[in-house]
Amino acid sequence: MTAVISILFDGLAYGMLLFVISVGLSLTMGLMGFVNLAHGAFAMAGGYATVSLMNGLDAPFAVSLGLAFVIVTAISVPLERLLYRRLYAAGELDQVLLSIGLVFMAVATVTFIYGPAPPSIAMPAFLTGQVDLGFRTVPAYRFFTIVVGLVMIVGLWLGFERTLLGAKIRAAVDNRRMARSVGIDVDRLFLLTFTLGSGLAGLGGGLAIEIVGMSPTFAIQYLVFFLIVVAVGGLGSVRGAFVAAVLLGVIDTAGKYYWPEGGAFFIYAATVALLLLKPAGLFGRDHAA
Amino acid sequence: MGPTHKLRRAVMAALLPAGLITTAAAEEVKIGVVLTYSGGAASFGEQIDRGMNLYLKQHPEAFGGHEVKLIKRDSKRPGGDIAKNAVQELITREKVDILAGFVFSPNAMASAPLATQGKVPMIVMNAGTAWIPNLSPYIARVSFTMWHSGYPMGKYAHDRLGCGTAAVGYTDYPPGKDSLNAFKTGLEEAGGKLLDAVPMGGPREVPDFTPFFQRVKDKGPNCFYVFVPAGNHAAAVVKTYAALGMRDAGIRLIGPGDITQDTKLQGMGDAALDMITMHHYAADYDNPQNRAFVAAWKAEYGADSTTDFMAVQGWDGMAAIAHAITAQNGDISAEGTIAALAGWTFDSPRGRIMIDAETRDIVHDANVHRIVKKDGRLAIQVIDTVPQVKDPCKALKIGKCK
Repeated sequence: MTAVISILFDGLAYGMLLFVISVGLSLTMGLMGFVNLAHGAFAMAGGYATVSLMNGLDAPFAVSLGLAFVIVTAISVPLERLLYRRLYAAGELDQVLLSIGLVFMAVATVTFIYGPAPPSIAMPAFLTGQVDLGFRTVPAYRFFTIVVGLVMIVGLWLGFERTLLGAKIRAAVDNRRMARSVGIDVDRLFLLTFTLGSGLAGLGGGLAIEIVGMSPTFAIQYLVFFLIVVAVGGLGSVRGAFVAAVLLGVIDTAGKYYWPEGGAFFIYAATVALLLLKPAGLFGRDHAA
Repeated sequence: MGPTHKLRRAVMAALLPAGLITTAAAEEVKIGVVLTYSGGAASFGEQIDRGMNLYLKQHPEAFGGHEVKLIKRDSKRPGGDIAKNAVQELITREKVDILAGFVFSPNAMASAPLATQGKVPMIVMNAGTAWIPNLSPYIARVSFTMWHSGYPMGKYAHDRLGCGTAAVGYTDYPPGKDSLNAFKTGLEEAGGKLLDAVPMGGPREVPDFTPFFQRVKDKGPNCFYVFVPAGNHAAAVVKTYAALGMRDAGIRLIGPGDITQDTKLQGMGDAALDMITMHHYAADYDNPQNRAFVAAWKAEYGADSTTDFMAVQGWDGMAAIAHAITAQNGDISAEGTIAALAGWTFDSPRGRIMIDAETRDIVHDANVHRIVKKDGRLAIQVIDTVPQVKDPCKALKIGKCK
């Protein structure tokens, strides 16, 4: 029983991390069908921004996380305007080539500035060690990650379900052409979701340093996981991304706990099984309609 | 080795005893250095490279007037393929006299057949899987084997640290399995019991250790022996150990000294305190050779840099090469190098070392390290020594070590 609780807890923390990073990717792919393989690079940018802020300017961790969000959001605006925008109407291959090129540039740039070795940051005391939840103690940092993830989910859910903007985004994901014809500026919506999604990835990158570590190859190394979350959850679905991320986090943790020899096998097996059952993802919609 | 070389060597050998040759001609000796110069393991390559260069600079006299040229190649990652290509090129195109370096075991393993075919001596300066010297008669190792630390640690943990039961977590590649087997053998011979052995991902990327450590925590052993590659893996181990509250659960963290590498020690924080590791070197060793080594290092590479076991292996490796060059008077052959190194002893910063004539592997002291706090920084204190350990894997003829 103890084992099950620990697995659920650790898996939930890992899932929250995957969710925070992947949700932006899900939205941009759902909205514009844009295959942005450079999404992990935005997370990496956030991670290294956090490192610079903490190690260079002695900023507190929470402040650094917030600033990582702001910085990555700001970086993504000119990128969207100058690069991504030109390829909305282009084929998927062109989009993939552009974004994978950006990944390689990001990897080289980060290696050049920070060197190949993973950086480390000093955590504040309240995030190291354990916290007592009354019925059991859990690792403090993972608890913090879950709290941050929950705040994000509640915020995104309210924004999506309870605001006009959210309604517009949902409408555009459901049927882009119809949304355009009723006067919704889908391009502007995309800029907004793209930059906010990138910012969230940046924040996730900052969170990731203490869980999976940061390195110049982060952008490529975890790309598969982000894509799995998007594919399993269904394009453009916040709820789907959340359920998929938590599911995969728990499955991966449980697999490693009970069968460490299996390595990363479980997460891929689960992905294949889920996609066989629901090819459009758990909460995906059929875009052919 | 062309026929003219052989002829010249034969003539010289014939003339030497007659005293007809008084001064040796200075030869250029080409050393092909294969290390990780880029990627996540770049810092390992750099430490060994610096150790080698520092010896060259501090002891030019040791090379008997012969010129040494280092030809460096980047083996990048642990896979073996890149290292093998580099070695091929070094032997066929650069015609190197000696191969040196090899951070990761797979890289040394992949290169060994080429050393045999090309008849080039290969001085292994890190790669610690025990059976590597068995792969080629031209390999000599100046670094260590996983058994030098793992096997004595198994015994010591049971007898002195109260580890009646233990669990092992290891990175899933040859030295990891080697370290597991070494510790398990030592522990079980002493009467201890191994509760669990957990493979924890590959050497290339640092995984999230939490699920693996949680599993071990739930098994509740007295001690948790961890082998991961030195460096960033090690820092993550100590962090996870602290985050899961394993110390409070009464589980002691032990391991080979790879996990308390000097270059990463200060970044581990107080969670590393009281950890016990078994190893052959730490920058804090208090002997005349090491004091001189550390002082020269800091003068050369800056006060913030530190020596570590990789650095001392580069230093000792260069000393071994210097000995081989002078012993053969600059005319290097694979057989001659191995013959020169058989039984070679050296006062290293780690203490006295020897190359065992039979196994071509290192013999050195295994020291029990304890992490303590000294002058506000983490330091390594030697609390016990197992003197002059000869690789137990080959001595016991276990598995591939036969």
